[in-house]
Amino acid sequence: MTVKTATGAPAPLPPEGSAAAKRGFWAWLNKRLPVDTFISTQMTEYYAPKNFNIWYYFGSIALVVLALQLLTGIFLTMFYKPGDLTAFDSVEYIMREVDYGWLIRYLHSTGASAFFVVVYLHMFRALLYGSYKAPRELLWLLGMLVYLALMAEAFMGYVLPWGNMSFWGAQVIVNLFGTIPGIGPELVLWIRGDYAIADATLNRFFSLHVAALPLALLLLVVLHLVALHEVGSNNPDGNEIEKKLGADGRPLDGIPFHPYYTVKDIAGIGVFFVLFALVVFFVPTLGGLFLEQANFEPANPVSTPLEIHPVWYFTPYYAILRAVPDQRIGALLLLLAVAAFLFLPWLDRSPVRSMRYRGWMSRTALALFTLSFLVLGFLGLQPAEGLYVVLARIFAVVYFAFFLLMPVYTWLDPVKPVPERVTYHAH
Amino acid sequence: MADHAVVADEGAEDQSRRKFLTRAVIATGALGAAFAAVPFIESWSPSERTRAQGAPTTLDLAKVEPGQMVTPVWRKQPIFVVRRTPDMVARVAGHDGELKDPKSEYSDQPKYAQNPLRARTPEFLVLIGICTHLGCVPKQRFDAGELYPSWPGGFFCPCHGSRFDLAGRVFDGSPASVNLRIPPYSYPSPRTLIVGEDEKGVAT
Amino acid sequence: MRTEPRTGAVRGAGTAAAAGRTVVLAAVLVPLVLVVSAASAQEAGGAAADKEGAGWQSWHANNDVADMASVQRGARNFVSYCLGCHSLKYERWSRLGTDLGVPAQLLQNDLLPPGDKATAYILTAMPADDAAVWFGKTPPDLSLVARARGRDYLYQYLKTFYVDPTRQTGANDLALPTTAMPDVLSELEGLKRAVFRDAVTPGEGGQATHTQVFDHFEPLAPGRISAAEFDGFVRDTVNFLDYVSEPTQTARRALGVWVVLFLLVFTWLAWLMKREYWKDVH
Repeated sequence: MTVKTATGAPAPLPPEGSAAAKRGFWAWLNKRLPVDTFISTQMTEYYAPKNFNIWYYFGSIALVVLALQLLTGIFLTMFYKPGDLTAFDSVEYIMREVDYGWLIRYLHSTGASAFFVVVYLHMFRALLYGSYKAPRELLWLLGMLVYLALMAEAFMGYVLPWGNMSFWGAQVIVNLFGTIPGIGPELVLWIRGDYAIADATLNRFFSLHVAALPLALLLLVVLHLVALHEVGSNNPDGNEIEKKLGADGRPLDGIPFHPYYTVKDIAGIGVFFVLFALVVFFVPTLGGLFLEQANFEPANPVSTPLEIHPVWYFTPYYAILRAVPDQRIGALLLLLAVAAFLFLPWLDRSPVRSMRYRGWMSRTALALFTLSFLVLGFLGLQPAEGLYVVLARIFAVVYFAFFLLMPVYTWLDPVKPVPERVTYHAH
Repeated sequence: MADHAVVADEGAEDQSRRKFLTRAVIATGALGAAFAAVPFIESWSPSERTRAQGAPTTLDLAKVEPGQMVTPVWRKQPIFVVRRTPDMVARVAGHDGELKDPKSEYSDQPKYAQNPLRARTPEFLVLIGICTHLGCVPKQRFDAGELYPSWPGGFFCPCHGSRFDLAGRVFDGSPASVNLRIPPYSYPSPRTLIVGEDEKGVAT
Repeated sequence: MRTEPRTGAVRGAGTAAAAGRTVVLAAVLVPLVLVVSAASAQEAGGAAADKEGAGWQSWHANNDVADMASVQRGARNFVSYCLGCHSLKYERWSRLGTDLGVPAQLLQNDLLPPGDKATAYILTAMPADDAAVWFGKTPPDLSLVARARGRDYLYQYLKTFYVDPTRQTGANDLALPTTAMPDVLSELEGLKRAVFRDAVTPGEGGQATHTQVFDHFEPLAPGRISAAEFDGFVRDTVNFLDYVSEPTQTARRALGVWVVLFLLVFTWLAWLMKREYWKDVH
């Protein structure tokens, strides 16, 4: 709509930078791109439950870590040279000779571990408050796909420095695919592109890590957020705020995401960055947990490190794999241990979402599961001998029992009445 | 809106504290983002390996015959080192009217090369063998009359026809507009040339 | 206006959130603090016990990379005693000079091998193939050994060489039994032999296993320097190897202080902003 003066001629354009000009530009933009609609439907008029607690920080923190990994990863790729003869040297080149290369490298390696810390806490929230239950089953499944893509991304990323643990970790994990009946050995040869983990493997892992999987991750994260906004967030009380609307049609227990959760998340991200910076600048290897000692030696196909184990975030599953003496069954159990999460929305028969209103059975089960995950994680870092094997077997049973018995104990569990309105204490 | 979750207080003091804190956070955040950008931008600077490769190049001048040009490499660029005969030195003069910048006022050279012969000593000419037009490597045409009868000798760039004299100064009619560049250089001993290092130290 | 739940007891709901908070903070902070303090543990190591060498596995290098004088001595030690066989292929001489404050002339005259440019990498003159024949394996590059094996291991390795006539080099080592490296520091430390005792482990069916367990060292011949001086020598050398394995580490820690301080200020402001906005929420 052009503004006209009294004579009917079009009025001169307002000076640049003035409020009127901004309205002009904004109006021009919004006719062509739904910017204002997006901001209002996703942020300022998107209502989230007001009673989010500490467990609700990790989603936005995960997004920040993803952005950090993309940025630092892009810069690392400018200097890293994939190839069995160049990779290790190029990483040392980054660490020693590229200005601030060491910082970009540590941000990326710490970011990888931080991603899993945050994602595990984020997933735990779902277990705590039943955020995977209807109508959020697909949200949960999409999140699980993000987790799977993240595991693949991290695994391949760890191979890239071509240290001795990169090599042998890849060797062990790729060999697991050989246990698949019938196609196993062929499959392994196809994945590797060679008769052992070699240059061919490294180069294709590089492509997948740098291009394919980040794209998949971005797509899945976007779908995850779309699915979230479609059904709205759960909350620690597990009730639906959409059920209690005010006269203006807005949930009584809801608050606009912006500005309330934007400011809350910024503060949460600040706390995260403080802890993150403490690690990056003072203990980047975290005693061998984030950057393993053996990986400071180049890949050596004829010399296995005394202890091979994956990075800490895979060790619970690794412990389950090693708990069973049979490689094939161990591999199957590993697969089932990860896949079990996918069935959670349908295994859980409780009429109530949040642990706050569930009975002692569900609480005990979750506590035992959490304990088993942590203990198995510890065991995965130890040599598979003696007491460690016994414990791994016990806790593997506890781990699977959480899922297998869930239809039973969630159904039998005495529950407490769920309040109609959320519980909130001003803070 | 009784019983609603958000009851925004419109009191004046609240608003100013809120505004102040919001601005403080935005300002600090912007500052932090600027600091955070520094390592990434710095990472694009030449790395230590590149700086090492760009270290000064030494040349033994005893091996250069009078009238001959050798081309060592410094910072991945060809360096023209010409041992000018007395005749060649004489042919540097006498055609200032045909040059775009006879006094080298607009070209890039160290102070000690801002003279008619554009060198520390008359005998040796040291310049960066990259045409100042679009970057091709010029060819030597040292003989008088080689290109045309009045040609005093110098360099000819095959890409677009730029011409330079035996001091690297550009002729009128060339697409190039400035004289060939002179790198920092010095003579640690009479028969040794070091390109990339002079009184100021190693070139940054 | 506060909202109260109209139905149901939410006993423990508030404390559950507080407990949740505490658990997460503890789960993050406690391991962090433990690891940080373990990583910078200051334990006395190498002190002569009742038995010489007893408890060697718990000796700590106790080195401080920020101690420039120590790292400089370690560099000198390395050039004199290690460079003959071991390279530091990721470190440049010029980098060594800059980081350790060695003047260019000194670097050129005393440290740089003749003919090498200052920007050259620190390589050994020993041909790798010949070394493999002489020693059984090529002496490994040591640029990253402090990160790959650990500083304590290196300290223990250099201090537990002993005379072993059964071996080709005439020496063996407790930290790396059957090491291919000869006891190159014996002229400084002197010679010592290891005394083992028989350890019996009862097995099944009355069959006991006998193993030789290290008991103590016995000095055989004195070296050019005292035990305390040798200990300092090894510490300095390990300190230097620590520096070489990550030359940017002092810069990293220094920058870290500023970054964390800045982030604390930012987070404090962000929290104040959050509290201010959340006054609206009831």
